[in-house]
Amino acid sequence: MDSRRVLALVKKNMKKLVRDPGTLFLLVLFPVVLTTVFGFAFGGIGESGPQSFEIGLVNLDDSSVHPEWADGFMANLSEKDDIILVIYDDNETGQADLLQGGIDALIVIPNDFGDSCQSYWSSPFDGSSWTNTSIGLYLDSGSLIATIAVPSIVQQVFLSTLFGNAQISLEVPVDLTKPQFISANAFSQWDYMVPGMFAFSAIFITVIVAQSMTVERSEGLLRRMSTTPLTSSDYMLSQSISYMVVAILQVAMIFLTSYLIGYRPATGIAGIGFALMILAVFSLSCVGLGLIAATFSNSADGATGLAFMIAMPQMFLGTFMPLGGIADTIASMMPSKYVTDALTTLFLRGAAIVTPSIWIDLALVITASIAVVFAGILVFERWGRGK
Amino acid sequence: MQFTIEQTLKEAKGSAIEMKNLTKRFGNFTAVDGLRLDIGWGEIFGLLGPNGAGKTTTVNMLSTLLDPTEGEATVAGHDVVKNANEVRKVIGLCPQQPAYFPYLTGRENIELFGQLFSLPSKLLNERIELLAKRVGMEDDIDRRASHYSGGMIRRVSTIMALIHNPSVALLDEPTVAMDPVSRRSVWDFIKELRSQDKTIILTTHYMEEAQELSDRVGIIDEGRLIELGPPQELIDKYEVEDLEEVFVLRTGKRLREGV
Ligand SMILES: Nc1ncnc2c1ncn2[C@@H]1O[C@H](COP(=O)(O)OP(=O)(O)OP(=O)(O)O)[C@@H](O)[C@H]1O
Ligand SMILES: [Mg+2]
Repeated sequence: MDSRRVLALVKKNMKKLVRDPGTLFLLVLFPVVLTTVFGFAFGGIGESGPQSFEIGLVNLDDSSVHPEWADGFMANLSEKDDIILVIYDDNETGQADLLQGGIDALIVIPNDFGDSCQSYWSSPFDGSSWTNTSIGLYLDSGSLIATIAVPSIVQQVFLSTLFGNAQISLEVPVDLTKPQFISANAFSQWDYMVPGMFAFSAIFITVIVAQSMTVERSEGLLRRMSTTPLTSSDYMLSQSISYMVVAILQVAMIFLTSYLIGYRPATGIAGIGFALMILAVFSLSCVGLGLIAATFSNSADGATGLAFMIAMPQMFLGTFMPLGGIADTIASMMPSKYVTDALTTLFLRGAAIVTPSIWIDLALVITASIAVVFAGILVFERWGRGK
Repeated sequence: MQFTIEQTLKEAKGSAIEMKNLTKRFGNFTAVDGLRLDIGWGEIFGLLGPNGAGKTTTVNMLSTLLDPTEGEATVAGHDVVKNANEVRKVIGLCPQQPAYFPYLTGRENIELFGQLFSLPSKLLNERIELLAKRVGMEDDIDRRASHYSGGMIRRVSTIMALIHNPSVALLDEPTVAMDPVSRRSVWDFIKELRSQDKTIILTTHYMEEAQELSDRVGIIDEGRLIELGPPQELIDKYEVEDLEEVFVLRTGKRLREGV
C-alpha cells in the first residue's frame, strides 16, 4: 500500500464531490433537503403505529407446584384480540428484543406467582398469610399507545385469571410493578424516521460509485491509471476511504439539520460516535454494490439505473418505512436494517452505549459490509475493468 | 574511439525496448503481426503507418494495457506481461485518446499523476511550472480540464505523460490538434529528452514531424513492419523528396492499384 497514492485519489474524489453538482446534490444536499422536509411534515406529535401489540412474556413460574395460574394468565392474555403474545425462555432475550423494538412490552411472571395466587384462595380474607409478589412489566416508551394501554390490559387479565370472569376488584396479593419506561417522552413520527434517514442517505453512495466508476472507465481513466505504478488495491482502498468520509459527512449534515429543526436524540456523544462508526462501515457495502452495478453497465446512465435498482430494497426495507409481514422478513437480510435498528435503539430508546444489541448490529453490519465490498472488488476486477 | 561512462552504462542496460515476434489478434483479426524491433536508449523512434495499421495496439502492449497474443516485448529489460509492474514504473504514456478528470484543473490532473509516480511534492510543483511553461500552458494550467480546448487537453496530456521524467515515453499522436506554435514547443521538448538519454516512441501522421524528430522510423501496415531505418536513409533509398513520399509509396499501393 502506498499511502500517498491513496491520499491523492481520495483528494481527487473529494474534489469531485464538491465540484460536480450532481454528486454534491445526491450525497449531501438531498439528504439535508429530505431531512428538512420530513422534519416539518412529520414532526408533529401523533402516532399512526400498529393497533395491536406484540407483548413478550417470560414465565419464571413454570416449574412451580401450581403452574396452572401462570398458564391461565397466559391463556387469558393470548385470548385478547389486540395482543400477540411472544414467549421468551429468559428475561435477557426478552429485554434485548424490547430494546430492539421487536416487542412493545415485556411481562415477567415471577417464580412465586402460582404460590401467591394459591395463598390468596387459601385464605382470601387474611392478607397477612398471602405470599406477596409482583408481575414485572417493561414497556417500550417508543410505542406511545403501548405505554398507555398495556398496563391496564395486564391488570385486567390478571384479575380475570384470579377470579374467573367475575370482575371483582379486591385487594390481591399480586401487584404490577410500576411499569419501567425506558424513556417517558411523547414521540412524533419524525422521531421514528430520523434513525432511518442515515442509512437511507448512505445508500446513495451506491449510485455515485456506480456512476463515477463507469465514467472513469469509459473515459479511459482506469486504463490510463493502470499504466502507472498505482495498484488496484490502492485504487479500491481510495474509493472505500473516500466514501467512508462521505458517509461521516452525511451523518454530520443530517444530524445537524435535524437538530436545527428540533430533533433531540436520546443519546449523547458516544451514541453519535457509534452512529458515525456504523455508517462508515455500512458505506463499504454501498461501495461494493456500486462496484457491482458499474461492472454490469456500459454507460453512466445505465449504471445509475442499475445502482438504484440494487439499492432500492435497502432504501425501503431497511430504513424508515413502516413494515410488516413478508417485507419485515426480507428487511432482516438487509444490512441497512441493522444500522437503523442500532440507531433506533440509541436515538429513540436512549439505550446506553454498552447495550449488547447495538454491538451485535455493528458486528453484523461489519461482516456484511466487508463481504459485500470484497465481492464488489472481485466482480469488478474480474469483469468490470474492461481490459 | 572514446568510451564514456554513459556509453558503457547504456550498453550494460541493453535495449530500451525490445519486441520479439510481437503479435496481437482480436478474434480472427491480426492487428499486430510478428513485430521485431530493437529500440535503443536515447533513441526517438517514429512509429508510422496508415489508420488501423496497429500502432496504438503496439503502444498498448508496450504500456501493459494489452497482453500480446504471441511473442514478447520488454521495456527497460522488463517483460511487459511477467513484469508489468516494473514496466509501469519506467514508462510515461500519452494515449491517443487523452484521459483526464474533467472536474480537476490541468494542474490537479498533472499533480495526481505525479503523485501516482510518488514524486515528492516540491519537485512535482517545480516540474509542473517548468513543463507548463515549456508547452505554453502556464496561463491556462489552473482552469478546469472540462473547459479546455482540444489542443490544450493534448498539451496537458503530454505533460501528464512526462511529469515523472520517465526513461521510456510512449507518445501516441501527441501533437494532433495542436497549433503550429504549440507543436513546435512539444518538438523542442522531445528533442531535449533525447539529449537526456530518454527513449521515445512517437506515433504520428505528420511526416514532417517524424522526419524532424526521429532517429529511426518504422512504417507498419496491416500489423507488419514494412520499412525501417533513419528517415534520410529511406528518402535516399527511394530517391524521393521527403518521408511523406516514402510513406505514400510504401503504404499507398492498395489505393493506387485500386484493390
Ligand atoms: N479491442 C479491439 N477489438 C477489435 N479490434 C481492434 C481492437 N483494437 C484495435 N482493433 C483493430 O486493430 C487494428 C489496429 O488498430 P490500431 O488502433 O492499433 O490502429 P492505429 O495504427 O493506431 O490507427 P490510427 O492511425 O487510426 O490511430 C484496427 O483495424 C482496429 O480496428
Ligand atoms: Mg492509433
